[in-house]
Amino acid sequence: MTYLPTAEHDELRAVVRELADEKIAPRAAEIDEKAEFPEDLRQLLAQQDLLGTCFEEQHGGTALDTLAQTILVEEIARADATTSLIPIVQKLGALPIILAGSDEQKDRYFPRLASGEWLIAFGLTEAAAGSDVASNRMRAVRDGDEYVLNGSKRFITHGSVANVLTVFAITDAEAGGRKGMSAFIVEADTPGFAAPRVEHKMGIRGSPTAELTFDDVRVPSTNRLGEEGDGFKIAMETLDRSRLGIAAQAVGIAQGAIDAAVAYAADRQQFGQRVADFQGIQWMLADMASQNEAARQLTYAAAARVDADAPDLPYWTSSAKLVAGDTAMRVTTDAVQVLGGYGYITEYPVERMMRDAKITQLYEGTQQIQRLIVARQLLQRAGVAKRGS
Amino acid sequence: MKIVVCIKQVPATGADKRYTADLRLDRTGVEAIINPLDEYAIEQALRLADAGTADSVTYLCMGPDQASEALRRALAMGGDDAVLITDAALAGADEWTTAKVLAAALDKLAPDVALMGMASDDARGSLVPGAVAAMRDVPLLSYGSELALADGEARVRRLSATGFDWIAAPLPVVATVTDQVGEPRYASLKGIMAAKRKPLETWSLGDLELSADDLHGAALTTVTDTRAPEEKPPTERIENVPAPEAAAKIADWLEQRKLI
Ligand SMILES: Cc1cc2nc3c(=O)[nH]c(=O)nc-3n(C[C@H](O)[C@H](O)[C@H](O)COP(=O)(O)OP(=O)(O)OC[C@H]3O[C@@H](n4cnc5c(N)ncnc54)[C@H](O)[C@@H]3O)c2cc1C
Ligand SMILES: Cc1cc2nc3c(=O)[nH]c(=O)nc-3n(C[C@H](O)[C@H](O)[C@H](O)COP(=O)(O)OP(=O)(O)OC[C@H]3O[C@@H](n4cnc5c(N)ncnc54)[C@H](O)[C@@H]3O)c2cc1C
Repeated sequence: MTYLPTAEHDELRAVVRELADEKIAPRAAEIDEKAEFPEDLRQLLAQQDLLGTCFEEQHGGTALDTLAQTILVEEIARADATTSLIPIVQKLGALPIILAGSDEQKDRYFPRLASGEWLIAFGLTEAAAGSDVASNRMRAVRDGDEYVLNGSKRFITHGSVANVLTVFAITDAEAGGRKGMSAFIVEADTPGFAAPRVEHKMGIRGSPTAELTFDDVRVPSTNRLGEEGDGFKIAMETLDRSRLGIAAQAVGIAQGAIDAAVAYAADRQQFGQRVADFQGIQWMLADMASQNEAARQLTYAAAARVDADAPDLPYWTSSAKLVAGDTAMRVTTDAVQVLGGYGYITEYPVERMMRDAKITQLYEGTQQIQRLIVARQLLQRAGVAKRGS
Repeated sequence: MKIVVCIKQVPATGADKRYTADLRLDRTGVEAIINPLDEYAIEQALRLADAGTADSVTYLCMGPDQASEALRRALAMGGDDAVLITDAALAGADEWTTAKVLAAALDKLAPDVALMGMASDDARGSLVPGAVAAMRDVPLLSYGSELALADGEARVRRLSATGFDWIAAPLPVVATVTDQVGEPRYASLKGIMAAKRKPLETWSLGDLELSADDLHGAALTTVTDTRAPEEKPPTERIENVPAPEAAAKIADWLEQRKLI
């Protein structure tokens, strides 16, 4: 299995980097300070066809391979983590439909998602159900040709700006979360749906993280994904793939911090020399760069497994997200150190990158959950998996 | 209406410029880009195509094999097809030769408008458009901040000291535009993918029925010396003083130099 970037991947990286350097990076500090969703950049990404990379050409997408999608996210995150969530969540929200949707559902929603005219969100987490997805409480009750959804969701990225959402709800309470959960496509203008509140956050501050309420929301049964009871499986298969986007985001954030730290160290003079000439700083820069390179290559290796639909895909994507998230946190913290006091103030981007990096250790499964997945895969390989897991 | 945009591939703006032993620009290992001022010509042509005024946009470039990358980049922004003129006999071409070759290619392509940038970023001759117009015996409409086409006529809007002028000439014309045209678009992902399938032809001097003899070798001119420009003395500034005091200081300065 090869996963080295080709000339076409390099070309994509160059094109996205130019756009990110010229149009996205200059907006990053303002987006963070105002905690405002960057609608202008969403439109720019749509116009450049960068929100349709996971969709087929027949739906107006560009059907790039997973490595190319990874590079795209990485290069945007290098400039601004908030903006990188626009393509990340466009894929996260669409994956349940890609994996379990009917042709009719794909034809209905994908053209508007591929063009970027519509945004989609992924509604799984609830206040009482975070890592423990199966403890979801939101209900969907069948009523003729419709389902009636009641309950609430929390921490839903783009929940307040999306036009459509994939939402997970319990259709069979007795069967429990694992067997009794189903997935639905819900359009945001359906009566009874609301996004009453967004969170105040430490990082990715321009990305709206919304609370969602469902009050007798009627959804046609044709909007159910797969069969009743498929919801948990669809959610897990989605996350097994989508968390690679978070690994890519982490690699990009870290790269932005490395580039800022190198530029600063080469310029700043203390004790009559550039701080870049102190070996103590050089060692820090070398560790930052080499560790992020390792995270990047693991992420690319995992991308190849996603395209190959490898049976041990969760081992790869969880390892990549675990390593890349922890690396991003360490690297951005060290970048602040390289800049000294200037690293701690908002005039320089690294404090923002450090705040942004933290989320990559939390969402789409915390680092603890990634370890749980990797360990489970290890035990399975060794033939000593616990029964029922 | 048919537009041909002439684009030059140049070393990246920030790149270190080195010379070879015979005082030609050493391009080996230097990142090459579309001449930034030509991107405005591309943008102008594509706007006319978007508006339905231009039926086709062709890119024309004279340069080494690697200049095809510049043409692909242009095709990713939009347009229909491209022609690269490349020939060993053209190494070291000067303004006259460049113009002669472009003029021959334009005779063959027969566009309504040959659109060019206002200057190249590396040599900054600003001579090629005028020379091409003269060689083809067609009008030159230069330094437009906008190009308009209608009723068999091309018009450019040119900024002047007091406002702007519209200058018109019957087609076909050579026209140049400035950076006032508006920001050049970025290539979209679909544009990049589509560009790979757009026709890109390569022509040699033979295809233009030109010979090395017609070109008197590659150049009429010889570069005998290159020098960095002399540094100017630092600008003296008179700041943060009341106007009468500033006026007196300026008068003193001029008097000292016997200028008043
Ligand atoms: C900014 C943001 C955006 C988000 N976007 C989305 C979204 O778009 N869609 C969506 O559905 N969700 C989203 N989430 C939810 C996110 O995925 C959850 O927050 C995350 O999965 C953790 O759940 P929790 O916050 O309830 O933590 P908890 O599950 O309560 O975890 C608390 C602590 O316990 C640890 N822990 C839990 N279980 C175990 C275990 N079995 N073993 C060891 N340790 C354990 C965790 O690692 C953590 O350290 C988002 C969250 C945030 C903050
Ligand atoms: C010091 C010096 C060293 C040089 N060294 C070299 C060398 O090593 N190799 C070499 O090949 N040339 C060399 N040249 C020649 C020069 O770089 C150009 O190829 C030629 O003289 C065109 O002039 P210009 O770049 O000033 O064009 P300008 O007249 O400034 O260009 C105006 C417009 O004409 C069009 N145009 C110009 N050139 C082309 C082209 N090639 N293809 C398509 N459209 C074009 C563009 O639209 C451009 O915006 C050198 C010139 C000088 C002064």
